Amino acid sequence: MEKRFIYADNAATTNITKNVLDAMMPYLTEHYGNPSSIYKMGRDAQKAIEDARAQIAECFGCQAKEIYFTSGGSEADNWAIKSTALRLGAKGKKHIITTEFEHHAVLHTCADLEKQGFEVTYLPVGEKGLVTAEQVEKAIREDTALVTIMYANNEIGTIQPIKEIGAVCREKKVLFHTDAVQAVGNVPINVKEQNIDMMSLSGHKLHAQKGIGLLYVKTGVALNNLIHGGAQERSRRAGTENVAAIVGLAEAVKTACADIEGKIARITPKRDRLIDEILKIECTRLNGDRESRLAGNVNISFLGIEGESLLLLLDMNGICASSGSACTSGSLDPSHVLLSLGLPHEIAHGSMRLSISDDITDEDVDYIIEVIPKIVERIRSMSPLWEDVVERQPEMEKLMKFVSPLKV
Amino acid sequence: MLYSETVLDHFANPRNVGEIEDADGIGEVGNAKCGDIMKMYIKVEEDVIVDVKFKTFGCGAAVATSSIATEMIKGKTIEEALKLTNKAVVEALEGLPPAKIHCSVLAEQAMKSAVADYYKRQGIDPTPIVGEIKECESCH
Repeated sequence: MEKRFIYADNAATTNITKNVLDAMMPYLTEHYGNPSSIYKMGRDAQKAIEDARAQIAECFGCQAKEIYFTSGGSEADNWAIKSTALRLGAKGKKHIITTEFEHHAVLHTCADLEKQGFEVTYLPVGEKGLVTAEQVEKAIREDTALVTIMYANNEIGTIQPIKEIGAVCREKKVLFHTDAVQAVGNVPINVKEQNIDMMSLSGHKLHAQKGIGLLYVKTGVALNNLIHGGAQERSRRAGTENVAAIVGLAEAVKTACADIEGKIARITPKRDRLIDEILKIECTRLNGDRESRLAGNVNISFLGIEGESLLLLLDMNGICASSGSACTSGSLDPSHVLLSLGLPHEIAHGSMRLSISDDITDEDVDYIIEVIPKIVERIRSMSPLWEDVVERQPEMEKLMKFVSPLKV
Repeated sequence: MLYSETVLDHFANPRNVGEIEDADGIGEVGNAKCGDIMKMYIKVEEDVIVDVKFKTFGCGAAVATSSIATEMIKGKTIEEALKLTNKAVVEALEGLPPAKIHCSVLAEQAMKSAVADYYKRQGIDPTPIVGEIKECESCH
């Protein structure tokens, strides 16, 4: 089998596609004017930004003035949550609702607000990694300032019922923010139809460059200034705009949104083949709901294996993937997302995420399917934990119920 | 996560992997909850570790530290082997990322635990010779 190079970590970041780079290049070279300048080169840059804003707004069914460019998803999440907390907290609304498995940009922001006297409800996501509008409805209180729930989870790819959650929030008159970093370009999004008040996205997850993102804020929702200074971004976020990145982001959003259904139709069968074939390996499990799932997300745990070892061997075979193992997080605790599903640490340590894009070919899928069982067998052959599984040690019983059976 | 070439080499080509059927001492340290288990087998003849094998569940650094530790004690007397420190393991691997230092501690403990088991089987109290084998601090 000839070694291939396969990038299967698109939930981490993506390549900049040629059309995006082509759209950006003029603003990195000849059209380098400051958008705030009065002469033509400055005005052209300003126009490029406003055209980009309008294009993006059209993709999400909102108005251009509701889009604020940021440095990325984390900044947008921080901005939406802190701004709302600061404004409504002053009016006595000091309760926030989120989920256990949000991205750290949301979780750590909420934790910081807890230190400042806010109360945060972390909704459980159950074994499938899904929350319901009913859970949100029950958690809303008189003093709830904000509901912030991710559109699609970054590790297990589960897609949340955003429209229904948004409807509940509207009915209860509570603001609703969603971190849509993983969803944009992979799920059709219309902020009006889906009752979204605020939404974060990041460019580098959808083939634009790193360091650009945006926050959508519905007209009428008050937003604090994030950076004081010049009048950029309607004076909410000062600083000379990253023109080329903004133009690239608009191109990336436009391209992604033009063909979401087509992309889903192309990628889903490949994802399903990966899942079905990898799950043929004994003592494995798919993490997260299979149906309400991003088209490109595969997240599987292998009992008896530690994720980082798996990633290193995949890398040696030319495959880029990621894991929720502790060893890849820099701490001893495995991914909070996998633990939120109720998985034991041992199973969470042995997880692998593949996130595929449109670039992946059937031959790539064949290659991955051929490589993974060999790697798994190799790691298991030197694992004392696997030895205990094979020898059916009684203490393994509690782990066995989470995975497919051991073959005799 | 930056691993040295030596770490990657020991991970990709681990030395002395496996079990010793008639081992004279077996040590197991770590736990699956933390993500690392090391099991070391030794064969001893006249106070010399004539053979050593290991099995490890863990990250790249855990495999590499076990592998190099077995190389460093094979053919040594028990007295010499007991002088092996986690620092020496880290140095031999040309460094480890800070978050992975605990793997080198586990490797030292796995070796000591195997030696302690060897003494126990001889009816000798290992504590005065091997010392207390503390659980990895970071595992609490």
